[in-house]
Amino acid sequence: MPVTNYLILAVILFSIGATTVLLRRNAIIVFMGIELMLNATNLAFVTFARIHGDLTGQVLAFFVMVVAAAEVVVGLAIIVTIFRTRRSASVDDVNLLNG
Amino acid sequence: MNDFHAPLIDWAAVSPVLIVLGAGVVGVLVEAFVPARLRRTVQVALALVALAGAVVAVGLLWSSVHQSARLSVGDSFDLTPFGLAIQGIVAALAFLSVLVMADRSGGQDAFAPTAAAVPGSRYEEEARRAGLEQTEVFPLMLFSTGGMLLFTATDDLIVLFIALEVLSLPLYVLCATARRRRLLSQEAAFKYFLLGAFASALTIFGIALLYGFAGSVHLPVITDALAGRGSTPLQGLHVLAITGIVLVSAGLLFKVGAAPFHTWTPDVYTGAPTPITGFMAVCTKAAAVGALVRVLFYLGQGFDAPTRHEVQVLLWAVAIATMAIGTIVGAVQTDIKRLLAYSSIAHAGFIIVALVGFSEAGAKAVLFYLAAYGLATLGAFAVVSLVRERLTTGEGGEKDSVILGEATHLAQWAGIGRKAPWLTAAFALFMLSMAGIPLTAGFLAKFGAFSAAVDAGAWPLALLGVVASAISVFFYVRLIVLMVLTPAPDAGVEGAAAAEHAAADVAPGGVATATQQVTRAVVTVMTGWSPATVVVTVCAIGVVLLGVVPASVLDLAAGAAKFVP
Repeated sequence: MPVTNYLILAVILFSIGATTVLLRRNAIIVFMGIELMLNATNLAFVTFARIHGDLTGQVLAFFVMVVAAAEVVVGLAIIVTIFRTRRSASVDDVNLLNG
Repeated sequence: MNDFHAPLIDWAAVSPVLIVLGAGVVGVLVEAFVPARLRRTVQVALALVALAGAVVAVGLLWSSVHQSARLSVGDSFDLTPFGLAIQGIVAALAFLSVLVMADRSGGQDAFAPTAAAVPGSRYEEEARRAGLEQTEVFPLMLFSTGGMLLFTATDDLIVLFIALEVLSLPLYVLCATARRRRLLSQEAAFKYFLLGAFASALTIFGIALLYGFAGSVHLPVITDALAGRGSTPLQGLHVLAITGIVLVSAGLLFKVGAAPFHTWTPDVYTGAPTPITGFMAVCTKAAAVGALVRVLFYLGQGFDAPTRHEVQVLLWAVAIATMAIGTIVGAVQTDIKRLLAYSSIAHAGFIIVALVGFSEAGAKAVLFYLAAYGLATLGAFAVVSLVRERLTTGEGGEKDSVILGEATHLAQWAGIGRKAPWLTAAFALFMLSMAGIPLTAGFLAKFGAFSAAVDAGAWPLALLGVVASAISVFFYVRLIVLMVLTPAPDAGVEGAAAAEHAAADVAPGGVATATQQVTRAVVTVMTGWSPATVVVTVCAIGVVLLGVVPASVLDLAAGAAKFVP
């Protein structure tokens, strides 16, 4: 199986993630979409590392994982705070600032 | 065989970043070990000393960086004169931001007693009574500043990404910490986080594509590959490179606040605590512009003519859309913070106008523009944080009145020129500078930006910029007229409406008196010396000096722009 298939998979996963962010209304699901985009990036990094035959891409995948973990910490904290205040995690209910 | 060679590190070159991030770490320890009543003083002093130290470090590095054109540490930290100049601007403006954050006019600072408490809950009320303070905002702000300093001093895209996150994550949290109007504040953090995380995901995917194209995330190697000088398996796939560049630029333009990635700006700027808004509007923008210049100018060297043309067309479109949205939508705003947010979008457009030529003159104009824009914007937000609502009960005068949140509705700003002539004068000066009236810093900044565009052959863009400036003069001057010439509204009628308004706003904030029948809210301005008024004064002096005797700063900017990027 050619290595490029993994790239195509990465692009598909990234697109699914981006579509989720843009279309879904639940903040947690939106957030999962963002995580999916980051993980699709990891797959792309690792595949490119294989194509180029060097380790840089694999190391970069670790960096992305750490950043994703840090983002989860901050993001879930904010979403939980909003949920405790309004009893809702819908993106549409958060509309006091209409811009 | 596998000898480990410790890398040689030029500690001096990384000193500005190290000082600020180190102070952030110490600040976290201060939270744990210093007794509560001393904590705030220690944190403010630590933040001020660290940022002043960073400014001094930038000054000490200046001549050595200019002699060697760059100072590198390993492959990833690469300090150019341009990057150093941006670091200086960011550190100096962050110093002023800390003063606004530390301001306590009206008895309380702008941050919630405990940001984690549910608004309006008993826990929050008890925290407020106990006089708790969220002093963590200072270390968070230092971490964010550290990320910004790193952002402009790297030519490695993965370090760029890490710096982007280090500057963003603390900002998301800071946005949620307002003392008053907490629902708006949390909402701002929520929107900023979701959109910001989306933008960083786009950026990192763009970086992955560039890595696939060039086999490295190092900008010089990518430039070589673009110019066809490398030898990697995917070098022929220019579509990878172009998609990658567009995605990376999208992430950076999001941070700059340029259209079509500007939609978060008005909401987040309105909801965040005003000192944080000022910090975001000024420092984030400066750092992001620095990184954008770096990435685009570097990669621009490797473009062939058609690619260069395509990227320039994209930049043109972004600049025109940004200026149009900033000025036209800005003209119909009724909230002072939203108005300033749209003004900052418009300024992002003017900055991009200067960049389209990828020229040295453009880089110089951008540096001066960031300094002029930064001083005026920071000063303006400091003034906004001083215009407050005051709730009086019964017949009582100053004594039984409570100072509430900021009076951000434009109607409430009518006639404050009589109440606080000096602050109004300073605010008018900032507005004139943003409008680009001669003898202020803004005029020279805009002149530099537009002439750089004309030199690069982009005269239609410069013309549109002048038209956009002319439109923006309308809403800046309207604001000045409102403050100075319009009489203050009749206290009786307006007071009742405002009290209702204030009570609605305050209810989550938990001021018990708001529910009483005999309350009146009036707009009051916190005059008298406080950290925020010091910032207003410094910014006003800076704006005038940059406008009247700009020669030395222009020389510095020219020197820093000589070795772009």
